[in-house]
Amino acid sequence: MDAMEQLAAPEPEDDAETPVAANGDRIRAVVHNVAFQMAPVIFGCLLLAVWEILVRINHVPPYILPGPLLIAETLYKDFGTLFPSLLITFRITVVAFAMAAIGGLLLGMLFASSRWIERSLFPYAVVLQVTPIVAIAPLIIIWAKDTQLALLICAWLVAFFPVVSNTAVGLNSTDRNLTQLFHLYGASKFQTMWMLKLPASMPYYLAGLRIAGGLALIGAVVAEFVAGTGGTQSGLAYRILEAGYRLQIPRMFAALVLISLTGVLIFAALSLLSRLILRKWHESAAGGH
Amino acid sequence: MNTIEAMPPESASDTGSPTGTSPRSLISIKSVSKVYPNGTEAVRKVSLEVPGRPQFISLLGPSGCGKSTLLRMISGLERHTGGGIDWPTTPYDSKGRPLAEIGFVFQEPTLMPWASVFDNVYLPLRLKKHKKAVVRDQVMDALRMVGLEKFADSYPRELSGGMKMRVSIARALATRPKVLLMDEPFAALDEITRLKLNNDLLSLWEKQRLTVIFVTHSVFESAYLSDRIIVMAARPGRVIADIGIDAPYPRTEAYRTSSAYNEYCKEVSGLLKQAMAGVEDEH
Ligand SMILES: Nc1ncnc2c1ncn2[C@@H]1O[C@H](COP(=O)(O)OP(=O)(O)O)[C@@H](O)[C@H]1O
Ligand SMILES: [Mg+2]
Repeated sequence: MDAMEQLAAPEPEDDAETPVAANGDRIRAVVHNVAFQMAPVIFGCLLLAVWEILVRINHVPPYILPGPLLIAETLYKDFGTLFPSLLITFRITVVAFAMAAIGGLLLGMLFASSRWIERSLFPYAVVLQVTPIVAIAPLIIIWAKDTQLALLICAWLVAFFPVVSNTAVGLNSTDRNLTQLFHLYGASKFQTMWMLKLPASMPYYLAGLRIAGGLALIGAVVAEFVAGTGGTQSGLAYRILEAGYRLQIPRMFAALVLISLTGVLIFAALSLLSRLILRKWHESAAGGH
Repeated sequence: MNTIEAMPPESASDTGSPTGTSPRSLISIKSVSKVYPNGTEAVRKVSLEVPGRPQFISLLGPSGCGKSTLLRMISGLERHTGGGIDWPTTPYDSKGRPLAEIGFVFQEPTLMPWASVFDNVYLPLRLKKHKKAVVRDQVMDALRMVGLEKFADSYPRELSGGMKMRVSIARALATRPKVLLMDEPFAALDEITRLKLNNDLLSLWEKQRLTVIFVTHSVFESAYLSDRIIVMAARPGRVIADIGIDAPYPRTEAYRTSSAYNEYCKEVSGLLKQAMAGVEDEH
């Protein structure tokens, strides 16, 4: 009887450590693991070092290609100008992302609730998505009263689509037997949406959000490039344009570094959020994608 | 001699029941047919009386003979296209649906991966708008019946296949149904787990006094579990035999090695072969 119980016992946790015979093996394993984790950092440092050395050996002028040290120095010196611009770009990105996250979820639910609505609207959502934002941005900038608003609309337009389509796919991917079970127990439409379809679509929705986060930043930057206006409210894209006109190439690179870091930060934050939410049930979260 | 329709239950009459005879059936299935919209005739004129006293009925037959379709029609998940399914002793709601508490167990555990074991079992009660605090004991009772009360706070991905199946059974029992419909529930499990769950299901059935309709394609499983076996044949799906298994409960490993069990297996195998032969003739 005990043997039976053993068989029914839950599977061991993924991260359970297997006993290692020799201590030396264990240390080697730890070193190997740390090295593996640090691999991208080591590679990045090597790349920067080669870049710096090549620039110095060949006496490349800074207005063609500045070395990493000069870029870091510029970033530090110009932080007072660049950081407020970063905040402006970041604010547009975050607001556009939030609007895409909420609006995308609602429209995705609308699509999933009626095949007629989905059939009627979905092609136009696709049209909006495949038309390059650079091409629409000038129009939006003309129509919107305020440049900031125009940038917001552009960023939102780009970020919106992956959320809608992922949500719609997720809502329709519910397990067929579970759906029937809900039917068997007389679940209302609202109960089925709230207790079954929404939770089941969570992994899809969160994957959509991860894509939308990066796209919102791209949308905000691209639209500002197109707008090309400065003034008190200029974001990082305008700083890049401005530095380009003045041939302050190190500053251009410094702004670029800030944009990239912001993008990485957004992606990391959304990945973390998704892991936290899906921790208990979804395989991809458990496996650490 | 291919279609024996509406065969009356033989030795499965109520004489064997300690609770005496019930004149009225729990479920009365009369000449039920099902033709799917694509033209597939899944079930043709099946008649079946499910008595008021708890029975353990197996629906046995080759794959494609309409076992699942019949079970789903009984549950109301699928509409029949001919004949009638009545619940003579059960009140009906305004939409003409019987207000019978039915538990349904699929071949896969079909759990919600985002919900704890407790919340999965609580689901049917939650859908009927029972507050969690009010029915907590009822949910825990269902978990206790399948021996999983210690795992109430676990999540499905932490459980083995057999345990997930137990959760699925507990969920079906949560509403304290009179009828438990099971569609090849253990087919995907390994042999040892399946035998254990067979025994657990039997002891549960004896304690709870509910009617079980159990779909299987295993002669051995049906002869071990049931007190009545309905043998079905395919193309079109129909009942070709309805036989009683008169071995006393509780059944144990001793029954599995008894000559009575072997005789029943032989008899049922013969019938099943007959059911398959009909199909081969057509090709
Ligand atoms: N939804 C459906 N639409 C059309 N044909 C179906 C459907 N479900 C089952 N069938 C067909 O009906 C027949 C009986 O199926 P089923 O009841 O699943 O048999 P079993 O459970 O005994 O294997 C099969 O031929 C199957 O292909
Ligand atoms: Mg089936």
